[in-house]
Amino acid sequence: MTITDSPVDNGVNVQALLGAREALSAAPEAAEFTWRASCTWRTGTHSRSTVSGFTGLGAEQEHRTTYEFDVDHPECFASEDNGATPVEYVLVGLAGCLTAGVASVAQLRGIQLRSVTATIEGQMSVLGILGADPDVRNGFEGVTIRFAIDADASREDVEALVAQSQKRSAVYDIVTNPTKVLVEVA
Amino acid sequence: MMQTTAVVIGAGHAGLAMSRRLTERSIDHVVLERGEVANSWRTQRWPSLRLLTPNWQTRLPGYRYAGGDPDGFMPAAEVVATLSSYARYIGAPVRTATAVRTVRAVPQGFEIQADDHVLHARAVVLATGACNLPATPRVADAVPAPVTSLTPLTYRDPCQLPDGGVLVVGASATGVQLAAEIHRSERPVTLAVGEHVRLPRTYRGRDIFWWLEATGLLAERYDQIDDLTRARHLPSPQLTGTREATMTDLNSLTALGVRITGRLGRIADGVAQFSGSLPNTCALADLKMNRFLNRADQWATTSGLDDELPAPHRFAPTYVDPRTPLELNLTTGEITTVLWATGFRPDHSWLDIPVFDRAGHIRHDGGAVTGGPGLYVLGLPVLRTRASTYIHGAATDSQAVASHLHTHLSSGRR
Repeated sequence: MTITDSPVDNGVNVQALLGAREALSAAPEAAEFTWRASCTWRTGTHSRSTVSGFTGLGAEQEHRTTYEFDVDHPECFASEDNGATPVEYVLVGLAGCLTAGVASVAQLRGIQLRSVTATIEGQMSVLGILGADPDVRNGFEGVTIRFAIDADASREDVEALVAQSQKRSAVYDIVTNPTKVLVEVA
Repeated sequence: MMQTTAVVIGAGHAGLAMSRRLTERSIDHVVLERGEVANSWRTQRWPSLRLLTPNWQTRLPGYRYAGGDPDGFMPAAEVVATLSSYARYIGAPVRTATAVRTVRAVPQGFEIQADDHVLHARAVVLATGACNLPATPRVADAVPAPVTSLTPLTYRDPCQLPDGGVLVVGASATGVQLAAEIHRSERPVTLAVGEHVRLPRTYRGRDIFWWLEATGLLAERYDQIDDLTRARHLPSPQLTGTREATMTDLNSLTALGVRITGRLGRIADGVAQFSGSLPNTCALADLKMNRFLNRADQWATTSGLDDELPAPHRFAPTYVDPRTPLELNLTTGEITTVLWATGFRPDHSWLDIPVFDRAGHIRHDGGAVTGGPGLYVLGLPVLRTRASTYIHGAATDSQAVASHLHTHLSSGRR
């Protein structure tokens, strides 16, 4: 009988990522990316955002297709609830970014994942956005994410996986650190 | 113009070790020193600073610590005395008070302009140190005017600071040592913590540097390290040269009353904003420390040392206060000083040869400068091994660099 290690496959092409890291370190101008979205008001608090192109690797790039996102407020805010709220999209972005990181780091470290589920919550008092209490901020008071991970690894290795995915996450960095934001009128 | 085979720039531990190696090979050379031997240790280190490495580990070519306290840690003044007596002992041809202005490549070698004279050499070894300039982030420009900004290069002791609170930025060895010292002077300290390296001073009855050496970690070669850039830029471990405390980590600072915050992101309208990533930064440091302790325990077991050493144990995870502030107003008068313990960088501004990468670091292959045949560098973090960061690393690094330099000289003669 021959015993072969079944290769770990989380569907992440780690070789491509490592190759990109090496290539882009040598040509840092190609590492400059610009991400874009455009948003059109429909009515009330409902808007529709589309994402299709971005700039990177020294050229204009296109997604496989154009993605559309309906943004609205729920009925308890006297809105029509045509889509998720903007703050929920932030949670979606953070959870998606960290989950992608978990899969990539697991692949790199030779850890086979069977399932990864993240539950994410952002807490806020809406007194801030209603302008009812100047001491309450508009944004999240805090964000909590709970990962349930079934994998061929010890608890310590899984914790290290989740810690490393935070360290390399763009959205985690965006949410935890100040970012310069410029809003202009065309 | 004076002619010599090799010029060593800098008479600190690395330059002196190199001088000794060149003498062993009968390679004619001079050591140019801007001030006195061990100049940085005389003029740019705060007096209470002690080496992170124990005395027994302070080894240089032909020198071993022979004093009465092998497990102690040298204060800055003793480092000066040790290096001065080492320079005399090896008969290093040091020219003091000779600052190098420029080094240029010329046919068959290098032209070195040092104050009022010019030297020509076939090989040059840069041993001017890794900590000549403070690596202060751009956010430092936004500190509001009445607040004093200070770097560890000009810090001497807490008495030079105005009364009031102090924001220490950076939690490497420098940051945690100065945070503790300043907080004890009744100037309440806030410590802004980014990525850091947590290690205990002692583990299972032995100094951590004993473990780092015994397990082979310090001997790991630069060309076998997965992420060399990261290894070369790792902050120094949160250690203090003292046997009085097992830990000088964030938990011990919290117990002392120091307020811990996340990494300083920016200062907007006089308000410092800190990262919300502190829990993960601490989790990563705890995980990394435990990975090394696991490695140490495995090594002890395979080396048959479990009977003579105390039993393995683990340290409490780093405590992060759920009320950790995300902002600190620097305009209220509560904070009177910001101390930038954000690292150091070498000063090679006088090197007029294009051997620098995009970030301004010298490109080199284990000390042999890339694109500069005959040019060498010593005394930088993880230059050839992880030990290169510490004084004793120069003992082996200088041997390898001298051997390369010797070959370079011989090939040039053909």
